[in-house]
Amino acid sequence: MIQALFGQLLLGLINGSFYALLSLGLAVIFGLLDVVNFAHGAQYMLGAFLAWILLARFGVGYWVAIVAVPASVGLAAMGMERLLLRRLQGLDNLYGLLLTFGVALVVEGLFQNAFGISGNSYPVPAELKGGIRLPFMYLPLYRAWVVAVSLFTCVASWLVIERTRLGSYLRAGTENPRLLQAFGVNVPLMFTVTYGFGAALAAFAGVMAAPIYQVTPSMGSTVIVVVFAVVVAGGMGSILGSIVTGLGLGLVEGLTKFLYPPAASAVAFVVMAIVLLVRPAGFFGRTA
Amino acid sequence: MASLRIRSFLTLLLPLAALPAGAAGGRYSDGVVKVGVLTDMTGAYSDLAGPGAVAAAQMAVEDFGTLADAKVVVVSADHQNKPDVASTLARRWLDEEQVDAIVDLVSSSTALAVMPIAAAKKRITLLSGPGSDPITGDKCTPYDVHYTYNTYSMAQGTGKAVVETGGKSWFFITADYVFGHTLEEDTARVVKAAGGEVKGSVRAPFPTTDFSSYLLQAQSSGAQIIGLANAGADTVNAIKQAHEFGITPKQTLAGLLVFISDVHALGLETAQGLYLTTAFYWDRDPESRAWAKRFLARTKRMPTMVQAGVYSEVLHYLEAVRKAGTDDADEVMQAMRDAPVNDFFAHNGRIGPDGLMRHDMYLAQVKKPSESHYAWDYYRIVRTIPADQAFQPLSDSKCPLVKQAMGTGVGR
Amino acid sequence: MSRTEAAPGGPRRVLFAYGLLVALGLGAPFLVYPVFAMNVLCLALFASAFNLILGYAGLLSFGHAAFFGGAAYAAGLVTRDLGLSPELGLLAGVAFAALLGAGTGALAIRRTGIAFAMITLGFAQLVHFLAVEMGWTGGEDGFQRIPRGRALGVLDLQHNLAAYYFTYVVFLLGFATLHRAIHSPFGRVLRAIRENEPRALSLGYDVARHKLLAFVLSAALSGLAGALRAIVNQFAALPDLGWHTSGAVILMTLLGGLGTEMGPSVGALLVAALETGLAGFGSWVTVVTGAVFVACVLTFRRGLVGEVRTVVLRSFHGG
Repeated sequence: MIQALFGQLLLGLINGSFYALLSLGLAVIFGLLDVVNFAHGAQYMLGAFLAWILLARFGVGYWVAIVAVPASVGLAAMGMERLLLRRLQGLDNLYGLLLTFGVALVVEGLFQNAFGISGNSYPVPAELKGGIRLPFMYLPLYRAWVVAVSLFTCVASWLVIERTRLGSYLRAGTENPRLLQAFGVNVPLMFTVTYGFGAALAAFAGVMAAPIYQVTPSMGSTVIVVVFAVVVAGGMGSILGSIVTGLGLGLVEGLTKFLYPPAASAVAFVVMAIVLLVRPAGFFGRTA
Repeated sequence: MASLRIRSFLTLLLPLAALPAGAAGGRYSDGVVKVGVLTDMTGAYSDLAGPGAVAAAQMAVEDFGTLADAKVVVVSADHQNKPDVASTLARRWLDEEQVDAIVDLVSSSTALAVMPIAAAKKRITLLSGPGSDPITGDKCTPYDVHYTYNTYSMAQGTGKAVVETGGKSWFFITADYVFGHTLEEDTARVVKAAGGEVKGSVRAPFPTTDFSSYLLQAQSSGAQIIGLANAGADTVNAIKQAHEFGITPKQTLAGLLVFISDVHALGLETAQGLYLTTAFYWDRDPESRAWAKRFLARTKRMPTMVQAGVYSEVLHYLEAVRKAGTDDADEVMQAMRDAPVNDFFAHNGRIGPDGLMRHDMYLAQVKKPSESHYAWDYYRIVRTIPADQAFQPLSDSKCPLVKQAMGTGVGR
Repeated sequence: MSRTEAAPGGPRRVLFAYGLLVALGLGAPFLVYPVFAMNVLCLALFASAFNLILGYAGLLSFGHAAFFGGAAYAAGLVTRDLGLSPELGLLAGVAFAALLGAGTGALAIRRTGIAFAMITLGFAQLVHFLAVEMGWTGGEDGFQRIPRGRALGVLDLQHNLAAYYFTYVVFLLGFATLHRAIHSPFGRVLRAIRENEPRALSLGYDVARHKLLAFVLSAALSGLAGALRAIVNQFAALPDLGWHTSGAVILMTLLGGLGTEMGPSVGALLVAALETGLAGFGSWVTVVTGAVFVACVLTFRRGLVGEVRTVVLRSFHGG
């Protein structure tokens, strides 16, 4: 029994680190740009799909995809920010949410038309095949890789934003863009790049996900609601919040799957609702 | 925006153009026999039915030829797996567009929504996609035909036949909704009756993308067979992750509802060894191969059993219409029941008074990559399950029409 | 009267406009397929109810599907399994939605903006989850064979024409309720809260109570719309409770015009027509819906009715 529990907890941790990675992009964009990026799910899907297309159509493998795909999606997102989102600056962030929602629908619809719904299989890269036989379960090497990469990316992002000069510019830009611009910082460019970075993170999570989940056009919309729950519960402006909440949710979900599986899909929302009622700004959120 | 309004308004008026100008065409209502394929064109089931089902229906109409004094027409629409959309579309088809038969209705919820509507208006539904047993059980109507498969036949095939080939201990991973529960219950019953044992089960929310936790539980149960009481994306993800976690080949997976489109999406490397039951396999014999090649040329994919079933049932329907000389639902239903079904799709098929088309089913196992020599060479047929064993006997039927028929000693 | 309420050409023109709309409503079943028209009316009522809290109180709820869908099941239960007449089914739907609205609203109102939206989403997902778990809802198969019934024990709603006029009357009642709420001191306070909440608070208004009342009213009328649709279509299904439905009602309101009275109904008609018209084109519905969203947000923020009104006002005032 204890053995089984350990196995479930480890799985929970693995999933949690993935949730943290997935939520990171959303938290960055909201924390620094005050935009609720509903296109996050679609950008995640794009990441997975582009990786698959690179492999299936061009024979380009995982290790190139992992760099090339997030970069391309990030660039495309920057274009989108410049052309579309920029126009909504100063308006209620409701509009940013709706715009990105619309973009998500367009992207998903186009991919669905082009690729059908059944989805495609992306193989685990050869170097990461196989696994380690732990006493309580078999741990696939790829999953261990996902944990390592997720945690690394999360910590690195947090360090950059909270502990470097660039990061302090970004944070200043949220609070008082005019003043920062007066100091000679190109604030609009900074915003564009930040949005691109957040989207690139989403796409990166997508590439990581491709070998685990079936690559389908709807994979983004199935995951986005949970990601929102994580980010909101963690505190919408806080990077650390999403990381910790992502991990926490993974663990709680793992326990639920062990004790009362049917509730596993609702757990994220229950947790989020409780957190929001007890701590209005989320675990680590700054009170407005 | 204004032009969009005008255009959409005009679109709304289009159905009025289809109103008949009196009852022309003699015994055929309005002179047209209209077959409507109502399927999922864009959602989760679009690959196993969808545009392929529409193509199959069109092929059937083309192969059928012509009727003496009526045209035969195929229309289609996307119900998006939503019972409300299906219901509204069906209503409009039957009220305004003189559709005589509604075909496919993949996804049991859409089928169950449309059947009473069609029955009230005395039109026929030819079901191929959905699998729910009550369709020909307590929810049966006098005007529906359940043609391809149901959960009972899946359970019989995969459950019983697998136990007989040696897979005696089972663990179920079940999608937590009515269909998943039914699939599990039917199969568990059959497994136990065949001398196997059920070591345990776990209910996963529907839908789930990450099965690792449930697979771990299945693994620790030590069961020989892991029964996947789910369908579609759930099954595909579960199989993929079972492969990832090294669960196969030590334990064998039994998919309780798997289509060739799923195997195609997974690839043989991942899906090899999987047991499944199917009503049809394209590579079964020369006739099925010949038809499938035509389908492939048309749609670029091999047919699933649902799509092949659509072709067969539409052709069967049209032949009944020709024989009866009318498209009146009662007469056509009788003609369909009177004629046996023996074509490339089904062997030993017969439509009973409950509307269920009982035919032979097949237990298949997915080949290893080394065993596959050409495109779509996926299955090895392990055994044939004869019609009278594959489907529930009429004596056990919960359909009120059967009791009527049996009571008066009419029909089979 | 403020600029937004005065109509160019005076009350005569307004009356004429309303009269035209009423006539259109009465003649609709002869112009289009009646079941389609009934569905549009239900969606229009839903969107109008939603507009009360979004357009007038400034609260974005992402969980209104819980009221719409939940009431559908309640109405189904009452009419199919308890055998009661359709108006009682509607009442049951409204009661259910109002109670649910009061419960979730009381908790959600404590937060604003995105947090409020997410809490409403969370609650809606919970309701959806419960619906899936409870066997009587029929789960994925949906709640089937809801009888049309006899309204008030006399009018047989099985005939599409009778059902249409019944639906139309209910729609008008719901719409009139909203109209009264909007054009009342209560409605004005709501607008004040939307424009500047701290100011409204400092002026002594009980902001929380106003928000809650608006939320409950919006929920109750969304429930009426959902219950009505369940009886018209003769079933209730899980997608009615899903977040895509919550998203659809936002789209309808935005498209038609936030904060205008007729806007949401127009938006509902457009979205319904779009979905029906594009039904044969597969995923293009999603693409077009998304594109419309984007276009709306970028250039069309006032929505169709809002834009028309602005154009008319501008031409009238020559500016």
